[in-house]
Amino acid sequence: MLFYVFASIAVVASLLVIAQRNPIHSVLLLVASFGALSGLYVLLDAPFVAVIQIIVYAGAIMVLFLFVVMLLNAPVEDTEYDQKVHPLLRQGPTRFGVLLAVALVAELFWALTKGGGESGAFAGGAVSSVRTIGRSLFTNYSFAFEVTSILILVAMVGAVVLARQER
Amino acid sequence: MTPVLIAQLLLTFFVFFMLLNSAAVMVYAERKVAAFLQQRIGPSLVGPKGMLQPMADIVKLLFKEDLRPAAADKFLFVLAPVVSATAAFAAFAVVPFGAETTFFGLLDEPIKLQVADVNVAVLVIFAVASMGVYGIVLAGWSSNSKYSLLGGLRSSAQMISYELSYGLALAGVLVVANSMSLTEIVDGQSGTWLGFIPRWFVFLQPVGFLIYMTAGLAETNRAPFDFPEAEQELVAGYHTEYSSMAFAMFFMAEYINMVTVSAVATDLFLGGWHGPFLPESLGWIWFLLKVSAILFCYIWVRWTLPRYRYDQLMRFGWKVLLPVAAVNLMVTAAGVLYFAR
Repeated sequence: MLFYVFASIAVVASLLVIAQRNPIHSVLLLVASFGALSGLYVLLDAPFVAVIQIIVYAGAIMVLFLFVVMLLNAPVEDTEYDQKVHPLLRQGPTRFGVLLAVALVAELFWALTKGGGESGAFAGGAVSSVRTIGRSLFTNYSFAFEVTSILILVAMVGAVVLARQER
Repeated sequence: MTPVLIAQLLLTFFVFFMLLNSAAVMVYAERKVAAFLQQRIGPSLVGPKGMLQPMADIVKLLFKEDLRPAAADKFLFVLAPVVSATAAFAAFAVVPFGAETTFFGLLDEPIKLQVADVNVAVLVIFAVASMGVYGIVLAGWSSNSKYSLLGGLRSSAQMISYELSYGLALAGVLVVANSMSLTEIVDGQSGTWLGFIPRWFVFLQPVGFLIYMTAGLAETNRAPFDFPEAEQELVAGYHTEYSSMAFAMFFMAEYINMVTVSAVATDLFLGGWHGPFLPESLGWIWFLLKVSAILFCYIWVRWTLPRYRYDQLMRFGWKVLLPVAAVNLMVTAAGVLYFAR
């Protein structure tokens, strides 16, 4: 029952994110969608993941989004292209976006009809325990973990370099 | 409905009611302490020693006109104070404030003096606190006024910057306590060293405590870090355009946030409800005393230190507080690894 509540909130909010003209409203709807996702994680008995979802996405990343949108202060999204032209016939980034969307829908269709692979059973019972998550992160998945941290470090250095050049 | 369930519900309403009250008490305390520090008398006319002043303030605010700027984003303008107040109340839900009790034998099995015992309580507080930013940012943006917008922008930048140090200071305690449940962390601080030093984590984590308190000031937008509402530059910052009860909700949220930060500090660093002389069942008195002491310090700091400049705030947050917090966490982890073996 609760699943359908959270799931419908997540789906509707996500759809509204792209249907909104006002970027601030989009950002807030995305936050609502993340909140619903976090509720789903709680239902899956993974409170740690649920809370991290809120802290990292809703609490940090979306606040930064909001910050940037407010700095740019664009009340209504500029539409470069004529509304009458069919989305598939528009130029530049829009065409790329449409391509991505088509690929995503195809992938989703493929994933759903394939019947789903076998989800690997999680060793050690409750996923909810922070200890379990920490231990598996630093043993079984330590390589992926370290690679991710290097990726983030590179992104950080890149951001600093970009910010420096403007001065 | 079982008696335990009824007791839980009553407890929930009690916490809600006490938080509301704490805001009123804090208004009075703030004005009295400020007056004391400035050698004035402070509120003294309404009620004995002016104690009914908060009531008078509330009545006055209730009868004010609820103004709304014509160019404001209507929905978000109304939503913003609600978000602020909700986040402030919600954070306290996972804070324990006393040992398990049967209420003098009224209940068959003891219940915890806590609304919800979550095993990731510390993270929940952190998450809810980060939601509180939205109230301020939205208020700033939806008012459609330059002062409000600047206040909102400053607030988001400030809170993001200080949340990192805040989190790292918390992490130090988590490493020492080896748990994320606030109840377990408090229980880890019972007893004494050498018979007279209480086993509080503040003695193991003095640097963490200082970082926590400093970042807590910034998180609650209190002076000397009250940039979102710097009067001299921004009129009243993010709540410039708010009046009546909408303004009162922001005001209330600020005080409740202070109470929550102090209560969490008590649980994490000052041993929660553990203290000498009193039996375990009356531990909440110790809790209350400790929280009051921290709140007094907050007011004291506000009326002693002038406001920083904004660039000073940012430099301090990123170049001093964050590195110190990171080093503190590393030293703590190394220490635990060395001594626990």
